[in-house]
Amino acid sequence: MGTTASQLGKDMLSEYQELTFLTKQEILLAHKRFTELLTKDEKDLPNTRVQMERILTLPELKSNPFRKRICNVFSTSEYKDGGLTFEDFLDLLSAFSDSATLEIKSHYAFRIFDFDDDGTLDCGDLEKLVNCLTGETDDTRLTPEEMRQLINNILEESDIDKDGTVNLSEFQHVISRSPDFVSSFKIVL
Amino acid sequence: MTRDSLITSENDVDIGLEFEGLEDEVDTFQEEHERERHRGKRRDGERAKKKKRGNGEGRKRASRAGQEDEKLQARGEKKGRRKRSSSDQQAEGREGDEAEQPTTKSSKAAKTRKNVKNEKTRKVEKEEKEDEADDEERNAKRKNKHGSNKKEEIVEEGNKHTVREKAGEVKKKKHKKVVETSSEKETSEEEDNEEEDSEEKEVRPETLTPEELEALKEAVDERKKLIQGLRGKPWAMKKKLVTLRESQEFVEKYEGALGKGKGRKLYAYKVMMTKKWMKFKRDFENFKTACIPWEMKIKEIESHFGSSVASYFIFLRWMYGINMILFCLTFGLVMVPEALMGRPYGTIPRKTVPRAEASSAMDFAVLWDFGGYAQYSVLFYGYYNNQRAIGWLKFRMPLSYFLVGVGTVAYSYMVVIRTMARNANESGVGDDNSFNFSWKMFTSWDYLIGNPETADNKFASITTIFKEAILEEQESRKDDNIHLTRFLRVLANFLVLCCLAGSGYLIYFVVRRSQKFALDGLENHTWWERNEVNMVMSLLGMFCPMLFDVISALENYHPRVALQWQLGRIFALFLGNLYTFIIALMDEINLKREEENIVKFNITTWEASLYNISASENSTAPPVTIQPADVPRGPCWETMVGQEFVRLIISDTMTTYITLLIGDFLRAVLVRFLNYCWCWDLEAGFPSYSEFDVSGNVLGLIFNQGMIWMGAFYAPCLPALNLLRLHVSMYLQCWAVMCCNVPQERVFKASGSNNFYMAMLLVILFLSTLPAIYTIVTIPPSFDCGPFSGKKRMFDVIQETLESDFPAWFSKVFSYASNPGLVLPFILLMVLAIYYLQSTSKSYKEANVDLKKKLQTQNEENKKKNKLAALKAQVDLEEARKAASPSAEHQKNNNASPDQEADEEEDRGRSQRMYHSKNGRSPPPPRHDGHLPATRAPVPRNYPHGNQGSAGYLPGFPRESEARMHRVPSLQRH
Repeated sequence: MGTTASQLGKDMLSEYQELTFLTKQEILLAHKRFTELLTKDEKDLPNTRVQMERILTLPELKSNPFRKRICNVFSTSEYKDGGLTFEDFLDLLSAFSDSATLEIKSHYAFRIFDFDDDGTLDCGDLEKLVNCLTGETDDTRLTPEEMRQLINNILEESDIDKDGTVNLSEFQHVISRSPDFVSSFKIVL
Repeated sequence: MTRDSLITSENDVDIGLEFEGLEDEVDTFQEEHERERHRGKRRDGERAKKKKRGNGEGRKRASRAGQEDEKLQARGEKKGRRKRSSSDQQAEGREGDEAEQPTTKSSKAAKTRKNVKNEKTRKVEKEEKEDEADDEERNAKRKNKHGSNKKEEIVEEGNKHTVREKAGEVKKKKHKKVVETSSEKETSEEEDNEEEDSEEKEVRPETLTPEELEALKEAVDERKKLIQGLRGKPWAMKKKLVTLRESQEFVEKYEGALGKGKGRKLYAYKVMMTKKWMKFKRDFENFKTACIPWEMKIKEIESHFGSSVASYFIFLRWMYGINMILFCLTFGLVMVPEALMGRPYGTIPRKTVPRAEASSAMDFAVLWDFGGYAQYSVLFYGYYNNQRAIGWLKFRMPLSYFLVGVGTVAYSYMVVIRTMARNANESGVGDDNSFNFSWKMFTSWDYLIGNPETADNKFASITTIFKEAILEEQESRKDDNIHLTRFLRVLANFLVLCCLAGSGYLIYFVVRRSQKFALDGLENHTWWERNEVNMVMSLLGMFCPMLFDVISALENYHPRVALQWQLGRIFALFLGNLYTFIIALMDEINLKREEENIVKFNITTWEASLYNISASENSTAPPVTIQPADVPRGPCWETMVGQEFVRLIISDTMTTYITLLIGDFLRAVLVRFLNYCWCWDLEAGFPSYSEFDVSGNVLGLIFNQGMIWMGAFYAPCLPALNLLRLHVSMYLQCWAVMCCNVPQERVFKASGSNNFYMAMLLVILFLSTLPAIYTIVTIPPSFDCGPFSGKKRMFDVIQETLESDFPAWFSKVFSYASNPGLVLPFILLMVLAIYYLQSTSKSYKEANVDLKKKLQTQNEENKKKNKLAALKAQVDLEEARKAASPSAEHQKNNNASPDQEADEEEDRGRSQRMYHSKNGRSPPPPRHDGHLPATRAPVPRNYPHGNQGSAGYLPGFPRESEARMHRVPSLQRH
């Protein structure tokens, strides 16, 4: 622990605490876990980017159907490959932490669900979302008819302005009423 | 004005744009015209202002420190000069301005080069930031300058940046309107922006007027707020870091300027203290989270089994906390004082084991039953002496005993109700079915799940939930044979009632039988006969739920409804059992009291005979000293009740642990190892591994707690025992869950049922305090044991204290206050208050519904308006294109057929396309210029410009490009 603390730097640590919803212990733990993902020579370099594949080996993300989306959303990489720096990683953990606000959680949830990054959830996004939720196996998949019905129902409910898509404010409106969004939109190291 | 402040102001431009895009584009054009007309008039005033500002700029530069400052200063002065010249030139004519522009450009180009170099060398980050900020500054200045030379810039070329600036200007004009429509957060930022603008003029703290000082102070406060709110912003860390550092720098720099002389010192001190306080708070938070017990264990479980199983453990931990408090109360205020300061063991009869029992008092079997030495110890009611004040502290023991009894109940009520209220707040106000599908879709995944197996189960359960929901939606109620279903349900309920009645009778029978055994003397009976009551209750509690489960298969309910029925039935069973137990106990209490009367009579004769003997033998001899162990004594029903509860708790705990070991662990072991040599697949087939039964466990915990509340008055050791039990449970169950349970197939979310459990706890609390209060109030205490012996009723201790320990007037006041004439109106008042609060909450709910409706209609209207505006903008765009240079020909083709469905998405795409082509057609230097602001802008602005390849979706600025698009036609027209 002591070594990680010194590696991270005291003022960096306090700045990270200021900027995230994480506590000191959580940040240190995150740093530890993150450095475990790095290879030997990468450890010496500051601001290294860990490839998405390696991030996805974390058990916390391994069985999440949205793992790739999560990486992509939080990645600041120019190549759009979903690689995360430590700061991106902290952003991720902060958004998924216990004390993060509903606002920030719903914001990132929206971006995760927005598979084509166009700023709205359209039918394609919703379909992909349903497929993610029902798993990869065929027996759990919904039939096209069911899918159509489901998406229609969802749009009926949450598409307040009736433009055929769910935008961020509509999404947040829906999410804010949900009793268990905040308790389930969590990832803990 | 500083560089950092401008970052926010730039952002505000974007935000403002968005709103205008949504609301005001129709008006925009008119306003443009109007402003055009007014410009001539305003020009002079503006120029004067410009000059002042220019000077201000220069002065401010001077106040900066370091070598960089000189550079900056020079630039600032140049800028000031340029500004002045620009306004002058404007008065002369347009051409001069045209000539002026290149100078700006060249300086900018130099700037970029420097920027690039900086990026490359990756020198000190700060310097880069400085540069960036500088550019920001310039942009802002241009924005201000803009009022005068806007026209020229427009003519110059279709530069994106210009468009934005202009929009910013427009926004300022319409600030009021924006405020009305924008959300709070944006409003504050807007105001922030305004302040920065006003602040631009001020330079050195010494020269500040009070108003300016006020403004500066507000700006600093805004900054602080920004720093605090930064973590709640969905930005990338890099941007947050930059903003944080800049804001902090700003605050540090200008904080000192606030306040003068003495005030300044005080202010600085205050600032320092707030900083320290913040740090302390943060450390304290860290410390607090580090102190939460079992956090890691629960998190591990959470990641394996999802939030519902973890919710049980969180509930367990919460219970543990409550019991800890109860334990501290009873231990600290009752048990320890009596043990330390009360009369020691063996001094008086109630503190001594009777002669008859003395021989077996240390046997383990007796102790295990809480007889012998355990019975005559601080653990039970009977041990306490009725001495009013004990020890050198003059501790009022009986009073303390009574108040602690009341306090435990009161505290429990308070905690449960408070938690319920908080849960209710968190879960929001009802509003259940309005977003049924969306919630299933958007919130059904439990992100905590880190176990592939659980994930598979979750996939399956989500699929079934979807399918069920669809089915329900498709055919809401289509029962093929409603009569059969009804019949089966009635039958099932009848069976369940039979079960309940049977179990109730069984318990009553067993308790009566055990009384008979007790009268005969326990030694003559087998172990089973002695422990019959507890064992029967535990076994009933174990097997009846299974029976109910089988019966509920008849009913064919939806799983969620079935679960609730099941819970309700188990609840009824437990409650019935508990109450039969209590009724049987009451019987026993009555028996004991009869016995007590006999003993009382016997004692008087015994004493009389003793006296007679001593009197007849030798009148001068000293009075006979009798060993306290030999004194005959009453049965002490209170201790008996306490013992019963303690035994119940112990046997309940044992059954829980044993079922855990056999039902879960042994089963898991057998399934795992017999699977190698068995005819069918044990793991996947019949026995398989057990699931963790959240609801059953929670119910068990709740009932256990109910027994604690019921019995704690007569056995002060109960909270301690319970604490021990919960502690062991925590570790044992954590271990059992991790090693031998499989995730549930039907995964229910925890939070939905949270308040359901809490409500049960409240009901149990109420029901368990009822009998306790009943016995306290109606039954007179035993005459020779316990702190209230010798009194008519237990609560007489209050009156006694009032009379002897308080001044006379106090007891008078108290007696007046307890007068029915005062109490009844008070109760009436409370009822009225409850009624009033309830009706107001109802009206709030109605208002909520109304507001929701309003919101919906307004949203629809907005959408319509947007569409209209988009259409109009498109038409304008067409016109503008026609008027514009022929080189835009290809682009016109692109947009020739106006899409009726002016989708945001398409709008964005189009605007981007337009941006590209415009850059394409402009000559090289201007294009450079066009790109520059983008690269220099803070991070968020980079996105829409930089990533044209991608969709360019952005957190804070969902629709800015739409707005930008509407600006374009107006730009080209003028």
